[in-house]
Amino acid sequence: MIKNLVHIGCGAGFAGDRKDAGGPVVDTLATRDGPRYLIFETLAERTLALAQKQKQRDPERGYSPFLDAYVRPVLARCLANNIRIVSNFGAANPAAGARHILKIAEEIGCPTPRIAVVSGDDLLTVMDEQEIRAHRTIEGLPIGDGIVAANTYLGARPIAEALAGSADIVVVGRTTDPALVLGPLIHEFGWTEDDWDALAAGTLAGHLLECGAQVTGAYFADPGFKDVPDLAHVGFPIATISRDGAIQVGKAGNTGGCVTPATVKEQILYEMHDPSAYLTADVVLDITGVTVTQTEENVVAVSGARGKTRPDTLKTTVSFDGGWLGEAEISYAGPNALARAALARDVLSERARERGSNAEYRFDIIGTSSTFDGGTAPYPAADAATPDGDYRVRAAVSCHSREVAEDLADEVLSLYCSGPAGGGGFRRNITAQIHTASILVDRSRLSPSVHFLGAGA
Amino acid sequence: MTVVLDTVRLRLHDIAHGRSGDKGNRSNISVIPYAEAAYSLLLEQITEERVLAHFAHKGASAVARYELPNLPALNFVIDDALEGGVNSTLNLDLHGKTLSFMLLDLPVQVPLERIEEFTLGRRTA
Repeated sequence: MIKNLVHIGCGAGFAGDRKDAGGPVVDTLATRDGPRYLIFETLAERTLALAQKQKQRDPERGYSPFLDAYVRPVLARCLANNIRIVSNFGAANPAAGARHILKIAEEIGCPTPRIAVVSGDDLLTVMDEQEIRAHRTIEGLPIGDGIVAANTYLGARPIAEALAGSADIVVVGRTTDPALVLGPLIHEFGWTEDDWDALAAGTLAGHLLECGAQVTGAYFADPGFKDVPDLAHVGFPIATISRDGAIQVGKAGNTGGCVTPATVKEQILYEMHDPSAYLTADVVLDITGVTVTQTEENVVAVSGARGKTRPDTLKTTVSFDGGWLGEAEISYAGPNALARAALARDVLSERARERGSNAEYRFDIIGTSSTFDGGTAPYPAADAATPDGDYRVRAAVSCHSREVAEDLADEVLSLYCSGPAGGGGFRRNITAQIHTASILVDRSRLSPSVHFLGAGA
Repeated sequence: MTVVLDTVRLRLHDIAHGRSGDKGNRSNISVIPYAEAAYSLLLEQITEERVLAHFAHKGASAVARYELPNLPALNFVIDDALEGGVNSTLNLDLHGKTLSFMLLDLPVQVPLERIEEFTLGRRTA
């Protein structure tokens, strides 16, 4: 049979997305004919560094903490309907993630799946810290002490190889997000390594799906301007891709949300810099010729992606120790609240200055302008805040020691008895920080490999 | 004799929508008109210079505007807009996710007789 259409749904768009999103996607995929896939994208830049730390503490951890919540509800249905799962929820430890899926299968009493594990993204296994540091970072900033992780964004080929080995589930660590979609398409359509326009179309399909409901009305709704039906139950996307690279974006049935040219355009340009050169491991995507057309309710056709020769280098995110972030907040509301909040801020600022610490501090009054401002410079166009509003004073510090972070939080706490009148609702948060920088590594240094667990392994 | 068409000052938010993303200390913000016919107005009024001035208080150092007439849409890439980026900013919004609405806060001058056309796509977007 010549397979002309592939259906790919997305069940998670980031490490922390809805745990119940995959169900309706699987139910809808189960009604379709032809090859069908479910992807979960769960690996932001810092997520992998946290996973590496977990793996250091326990060699059977280090995969996405959400893996269980995403896979358990849909595993039996996916296996029964031949819907193959592809995800980067392997994080720092894809093999342990695969073993956990086998455990889930056993616990819920479904057939043992055949699971492919993609390895080879961990640059620290092939390059020492000194050589990593010798690379110039894309951001132009130095790589700090205490490298926690250095994982390279692999491309779609290892995923395609895993699928060619009859995997029901492919568990990857660091890979480009679009590769989760491009891998299955390469496998199904046999696109060659220099079929740039096809690879570009598959990459665009991946870019549209990788953020989950961001293409189906979520992160879009703006009441009165962009109304979205039943956002509380927004449906996650399903794309249908043809051999010639035509893409149709839709969503799971019996769900909320919407798919319109506007939702699709926002996602096309999301995290896009030069639209003629979106760099991935597999192809350089050019979207300047892309057009979008509504073909039926909640279905949008996307075409016109062009591809150029892939880069010789692969992007690698290097994560390193970033010290501590201390944050604490307290509220002031009602008559003259703004003046009381401003007094609280000034007291905190003065006492921080008197300590003579060289840490970096910031003080906000949430309810005035706390995200649009420039730290010390206000947002010029901000509306004048009402004197009698409901305000929250926030203090934040970035520092090398946990003590300095705790100390600032204690200062905010002390406002209960020693600050302006009527402060309440104190909260504190002390977090170890991980910083990241990106380097470009010669692709010949990485040798991705695939091995199998479970059925037939 | 010169005929001066009456224009009305609206916010960009009235005629366009967008989304922001980040990479390091660089922000990208799309600006997408509700009505395709409003694209030329955006080209004329939402210039790199204006966007740079609008983000100056954040320390922005340069703005590149990419034009996508097929969508149609504009894509702005703003350097140094994120107070150092996720590594160093103490801003609540580390990634500048809210900044699309800061850009949509820019005033635009819309010809009186085109307001309805330019705002028609709203709600049904």
